[in-house]
Amino acid sequence: MHWSKSATTVFLAMAALLTAAAQQAPPSPAPRFVVLIDAAHGGDDAGGKLGSGTLEKAANLAMSVRLRSLLGARGISVVTTRESDSAVDSNRRAEIANRVNAGACLSLHTTESGSGIHLFASSLAPAQPARFPAWKTAQAAWVTRSLAFAGVVNSALDHAGIGVTLSRTALPGIDSMTCPALAVEIAPQRGEDNKIDAEPDDADYQARVAAALAAAVVQWRTEGRQP
Amino acid sequence: MIPRYQKILFVVLLIASLAMGVVLWQLRERAHKRLVAGESSAPTTAPQVAPAEQATLVAANDNDNSLLPQVHSLPLPADPGARARAVLGRLLDLYADPEAKHPVPGGAASVMQVFLLPASRDAQSRDALAQLAVVNLGSGFAASHPSGLQTEALTIDSICATLRANLPHVAEVRFLVDGQTRATLAGHADLTRTYLTALAATAEGTKP
Repeated sequence: MHWSKSATTVFLAMAALLTAAAQQAPPSPAPRFVVLIDAAHGGDDAGGKLGSGTLEKAANLAMSVRLRSLLGARGISVVTTRESDSAVDSNRRAEIANRVNAGACLSLHTTESGSGIHLFASSLAPAQPARFPAWKTAQAAWVTRSLAFAGVVNSALDHAGIGVTLSRTALPGIDSMTCPALAVEIAPQRGEDNKIDAEPDDADYQARVAAALAAAVVQWRTEGRQP
Repeated sequence: MIPRYQKILFVVLLIASLAMGVVLWQLRERAHKRLVAGESSAPTTAPQVAPAEQATLVAANDNDNSLLPQVHSLPLPADPGARARAVLGRLLDLYADPEAKHPVPGGAASVMQVFLLPASRDAQSRDALAQLAVVNLGSGFAASHPSGLQTEALTIDSICATLRANLPHVAEVRFLVDGQTRATLAGHADLTRTYLTALAATAEGTKP
């Protein structure tokens, strides 16, 4: 079949127009960056008791509210596992994290022992992503990213002058999460004589920690490390 | 009408019966005392005191989140299970000290038993003699353990690393509390899983 010269010209012009239109079309929106904040314990599970007499579940929730507000102010979407003194089991926490496809997951704890901030990543050995990961070891495919996220959080806290210890341990909720996930345990701020300068539920101390964590999350997002 | 002689006979027989009862009771008491006196409560076998040996205790420090080995001299039984219990008992005695850097009340009495069983196939593929240690802790220890991610993880890691340092074939550790499985030690550390001593040994000596 032979096309006339004019038909060929029209065809080429249309192809050029379509190509130009495709180039000018707005790019598909980037996946929404969501942060999961998990205030540990709640309900009947009070957690530990702080030196000030506050229950750990209450201090965790207060910290969760602070961090959520700071991240919201920076335009970051936040999903929390609890907003009140309610019991949420570890499986439910992981379900919430996995359903929102979070770009970062932070499980908040407070303790009376030790000092500064204790950062924990899962102790699962890194594994290749699987199409159907096992529930109890789903975090294995994300451990490398969780450790990278821990590095960013460590830097932010260090920059804020807050001492940090990094560890890895078995964490029932986090081990099932499919996101860069960390447990952040706020211990008392201690002076050189090991005396407590600020309890984990101290409002100023929590505000400093929350600001550093928010800065770390912003850094984590802008570095494009989220999935 | 009962004749008089029958009444007298009845009274005499009754008195005789009571007298015989009293005599029998006294004879029984005398026989019992004789038996008790014949039993010797003196020790006849000297207890065997296990010789003191060097044991490595991997002690935790809450201040810097570290696990550091310390060498102690203590009597160690020959039986591996009893040996493991003795070593862990001394480790928990360190933690029960009021000046301890990882304070946990309870002490040696908190380790009720340590059972040594064959480890999983996976562990035995690396070491044919690999063992699983099942550490049975007292509920008082779990109830009084300070609550927190770091402090609980340090206790678990130090127990695992101490077992590995003194019983090199112990590759896996599981925990029971009063013989029952328990979800967490004090609200955080997972006690339902099997811990690998190799990972605890990796953490040993680490400081931030």
